Amino acid sequence: MARKVTGRHVVIATVGAWLAGFVIFFPILWMVLASFKTELEAFATPPSFLFFHWTTENYVTVQERSDYLHHALNSLIVAGGSTLIALLIAIPAAWSMAFSPTRRTKDILLWMLSTKMMPPVGVLVPIYLIYKNMGLLDTRTGLVFILCLGNLPIVIWMLFTYFKEIPKDILEAARMDGATIGRELIYVLTPMAIPGLASTLLLNLILAWNEAFWTLNLSTLEAAPLTTFIASYSSPEGLFWARLSAASTLAIAPILIIGWFSQKQLVRGLTFGAVK
Amino acid sequence: MGRITLEAVQKSFGPVHIIKGADLDIPDGAFVVFVGPSGCGKTTLLRLIAGLEDVSGGRILIDGNNVVDVPPAKRGLSMVFQSYALYPHMSVRGNIAFGLKMAGLPKAEINQKVEAAAATLNLTPYLDRKPRELSGGQRQRVAIGRAIVREPKAFLFDEPLSNLDAALRVQMRLEVTRLQKQLGTTAIYVTHDQVEAMTMADKIVVLNAGRIEQYGSPIELYQRPANLFVAGFIGSPKMNLIVGEEAAQRGATTIGVRPEHIAIVEDGGEGWRGKVLVAEHLGSDTFLYVDSGALGTLTVRCVGEKRLSAGDAVTLRPEPNRIYRFDANGNSIFT
Repeated sequence: MARKVTGRHVVIATVGAWLAGFVIFFPILWMVLASFKTELEAFATPPSFLFFHWTTENYVTVQERSDYLHHALNSLIVAGGSTLIALLIAIPAAWSMAFSPTRRTKDILLWMLSTKMMPPVGVLVPIYLIYKNMGLLDTRTGLVFILCLGNLPIVIWMLFTYFKEIPKDILEAARMDGATIGRELIYVLTPMAIPGLASTLLLNLILAWNEAFWTLNLSTLEAAPLTTFIASYSSPEGLFWARLSAASTLAIAPILIIGWFSQKQLVRGLTFGAVK
Repeated sequence: MGRITLEAVQKSFGPVHIIKGADLDIPDGAFVVFVGPSGCGKTTLLRLIAGLEDVSGGRILIDGNNVVDVPPAKRGLSMVFQSYALYPHMSVRGNIAFGLKMAGLPKAEINQKVEAAAATLNLTPYLDRKPRELSGGQRQRVAIGRAIVREPKAFLFDEPLSNLDAALRVQMRLEVTRLQKQLGTTAIYVTHDQVEAMTMADKIVVLNAGRIEQYGSPIELYQRPANLFVAGFIGSPKMNLIVGEEAAQRGATTIGVRPEHIAIVEDGGEGWRGKVLVAEHLGSDTFLYVDSGALGTLTVRCVGEKRLSAGDAVTLRPEPNRIYRFDANGNSIFT
């Protein structure tokens, strides 16, 4: 028997969902509000919620003190570059594992995932030394490389699950219809895989954009992306909440906007395989 | 032309032998059905002919040419899959045209052929729809359209009707048979449903555990089954198989009687005595499951309505010239 869903249930569920959403969103809201306060108001107790002296001076200060565009460009190059390279490696890898698996395919997939179980700090010293010796410290190339490798297992896994969902029969039908491998890729597989490719790309972009451990440890100024830019505001000079908030707001704005416009793809990407 | 000949075709996946040497000659224009229980190798055999799997041994000849090293598309066959396998991102038109497009036909010719195929299958109003906007039967028709438009030497059908509901299945069964007769193209059709096999086929190939048990017309298989397996597989309800003294008396290890060849004798007399366990009243027929002691449970099919119910004592009389005899190896003994 189907469970009864009454109007009251719907109301309770809706209110609950909004409440949970608000709680999760609250820190971000608070950060955005704080960025428009003066330093004094920013850490006043009790805090003022909406009725304070709104100011944009923090944004001006932040831009004067550090070059936002320089860091944003670095973020874009590092996140975009690592994502594109990861996709270039992951597509053929996931493709072959999904469509011509061997006895060891499952083991390889698990092994790749197992690399994500190790805390990155465990290999910080060796990686740092390798980077130092190879002259990769504080270079965009170095960051692209490490983020690409770091996210590669997830990208391969996501694509693998997507490709797995494409019925083998369809590929065989294309073969019977006389499509060569190249044409099969262009006319049949790629169009069918586009939603999967898009959400993998988006998710990986966000992961790379927000990655802080490696970017903070391996870059200082030249290659420093927005994560380093934010961190520079919680410094020995003391905590400047309003400025820190302004920097953070600026740092997350681009990815927030991208995320907002691609919600549908993202949700599909995150819940893929969970619901059939 | 589309004559397909298999010569000692074998297929193994590692140490597992799926097809243990199949010899078969399918004449041009015939409708041949591969039938057998699941896992018997019928789909594998079809895929070997299609070229989607490579043979481990033997030869496959299409019109006399060995095609074992020829890729699927070059064999001139087209296939209808169990899952339809339509291209979800293409319209019906795109789906049907795909093979012609791959063959590099001029656009005008493609259009004309697609329209013609669509007209044959009553798909003209749906040409610009996507597969997801179609019903199961329509999708099936698109899959068939994709197959016929290429004017192949033979059609390969892999359980194409198994995803349809019972009523639609009967209708599509008729349509496929009629279409095949109309086009006169050789067809190989895989199914596990022996009713489908009996109704559609010119000739049936009964497969079991990777071997061809018998190859013949539906009536041949029904009247002269080569062995116990074919006897039990063809016919619905299944043939009653009796071992022991009753069989020995007739000079066989096992004897078989089809449910429709047993008569109920109302007034007692000569025959097998038993008690009705279950009576299924279908209106047109009555199926009786009768406990006949040492003979086991026998199925009896009576035409029309029989007023019998569980617990009634009955006497069964098999038609004497319709009793099949099998030796110790399960092979038929014909006199």
